[in-house]
Amino acid sequence: MSGRGPTTLEAPREDAGFAVDSATGVDVSLPVAGPGARSFAFIIDWHIRVVLFIAWFVVAALVYNGSWNLALPGEPTAGWFGLVVFPGTLIYFLYHPVLEIAMRGRTPGKRMAGVRLVTRQGAVPTIPAHLIRNVFRLIDSVPVCYALGLVMVTLTKDHVRIGDLAAGTLLVYERREHEGALEHVNPAVIGKRLDVSTAELVEELLQRWQTLDASVRQRLGRTLLARIEGVTPESISLSESALRKRLAELARGSAE
Amino acid sequence: MTDALREQALRATLLQRSDLWKAAADRARRLMTGRTDKVSDAVRLVDDYRLLAHDLARARRLMPDSRVRSFLENAYAQAHATLYKQASHPGYALWSLFRDQIPEATRSIRSHIVWVLLLFVAALGAGAWMVHTYPELINLFASPSLIATVERGELWTEGLLNVVPSSVLSLQILTNNIVVSLFAYCAGFLFGLGTFYIVGLNGLMLGAVFAFTAQHGLDDDLFRFIVAHGCVELSVMVLSGAAGAAVGEALIRPTTPRRSQSFQQAALRTGKVLIACVVLLIGCGFIEGYISPDPSYPMWTRVVVGVGYWLFMVAMLRGWVFGRSRGTEAVEA
Repeated sequence: MSGRGPTTLEAPREDAGFAVDSATGVDVSLPVAGPGARSFAFIIDWHIRVVLFIAWFVVAALVYNGSWNLALPGEPTAGWFGLVVFPGTLIYFLYHPVLEIAMRGRTPGKRMAGVRLVTRQGAVPTIPAHLIRNVFRLIDSVPVCYALGLVMVTLTKDHVRIGDLAAGTLLVYERREHEGALEHVNPAVIGKRLDVSTAELVEELLQRWQTLDASVRQRLGRTLLARIEGVTPESISLSESALRKRLAELARGSAE
Repeated sequence: MTDALREQALRATLLQRSDLWKAAADRARRLMTGRTDKVSDAVRLVDDYRLLAHDLARARRLMPDSRVRSFLENAYAQAHATLYKQASHPGYALWSLFRDQIPEATRSIRSHIVWVLLLFVAALGAGAWMVHTYPELINLFASPSLIATVERGELWTEGLLNVVPSSVLSLQILTNNIVVSLFAYCAGFLFGLGTFYIVGLNGLMLGAVFAFTAQHGLDDDLFRFIVAHGCVELSVMVLSGAAGAAVGEALIRPTTPRRSQSFQQAALRTGKVLIACVVLLIGCGFIEGYISPDPSYPMWTRVVVGVGYWLFMVAMLRGWVFGRSRGTEAVEA
């Protein structure tokens, strides 16, 4: 599955994703997130919710008691309930719908997991769709720990839980590999010595040269150069600086 | 010219357009995030969409494993999402929801409302008959403390305000009612059976408790407690159950070739009724917290509040509260 950052020299793989029909006849391809990414996003969001709830509870309780004391009142009072308990509960239960609407299908957890919500038309879900999706958490979460939802996500083709089925939504990966993609390509060199994929790899390797271990960058550089020159990596006996210079010349199109 | 040379030339030609792709991606991003509302940008985006589709199709063939293709995939998906994004008019959408969409959704589940109401009434009668005929069966429906209180000749609601303030009581009640109502709706996913059980069980419990209090001469007091909030609360239970039943029916008898699509359509259509249910239950919670347990309110006040709020509910579900009149054309948000 795609969706990883541009930190690899591997060429992007074909998406096993969801295709949305478009008016142009060219499908929009959306890489669908699986149970792992969903669970990861949920766990992050759950921790944020709990931390927010506790933070609200502590601050509101201190304000209510007027001293460094978190003790609950002996009998329930309107002030305690209205200031401490109710807003905290609202934060916990409205976290998902409010943030998903405000952040157009994302939450902090989803953002960290690199996923977002879309409709089956590839668009940002509407407010009713967000609300319906979240109402169905009541069913997805039974009997415990979202067991039913997880079973549904594992079994369904597009990895959707009941809430997604009801709202017509999908969780897809945010693409990251495109970021800076065009900066890696010098149109002038394409078609001369390098094809597009190799040109991208050379540019990427040169950009990351200093961050890589010396032995790794030499091995990668020799492998790439051997592929371009049509020889074996062992036959390239250039020093590290000469290897880098040669690759840079190829990328600029100045190499013969 | 060989095929390889021709493809190389095509790739080079395609890449010459990279500045146009960058501009298109940037424009789509700005329009999506609302950082521009220029008409010229929106018009350009339509051209961008065609350009990106054309070039993506070529890139998929000429350089399938390249990051250039990834860039185009992303830019095209973003342009598509931006073009198909609905205009955002929150105030108008809310008005349209209450004026047109909720009444339409309610009308679409009229038959379900009738059936769920019949189920509720039948369960209520069954519960009352069971406890009337076999009094010991009350143990199935009520907690031991409630039974003991009634057997002492008191209603469990007496002195409630001495224990819990009205505001706390209201919030506890409305939260509980909203959860039950939403659950009755969601349980419709089980081919309507979940909704059937929840509505039936609530009817049985209410009938049983009424019969039990009648055996101890407290049924008038219970009616007095319930009437102000119960008219709408029980109606909302039926309403959310009907919405759940409609969802269940969409799964049993799909209206589209695929069950999942039928389920989705029913859920999105009937889910609007739940918004009205939640709003109405908030009102019920406050009535149940402030008026129902307060002995200072006479019976006629309670009846007026109960019936008045029920009429308000009907007006709201018909859209009359928000200016809809008979024959009014529905408007799309």
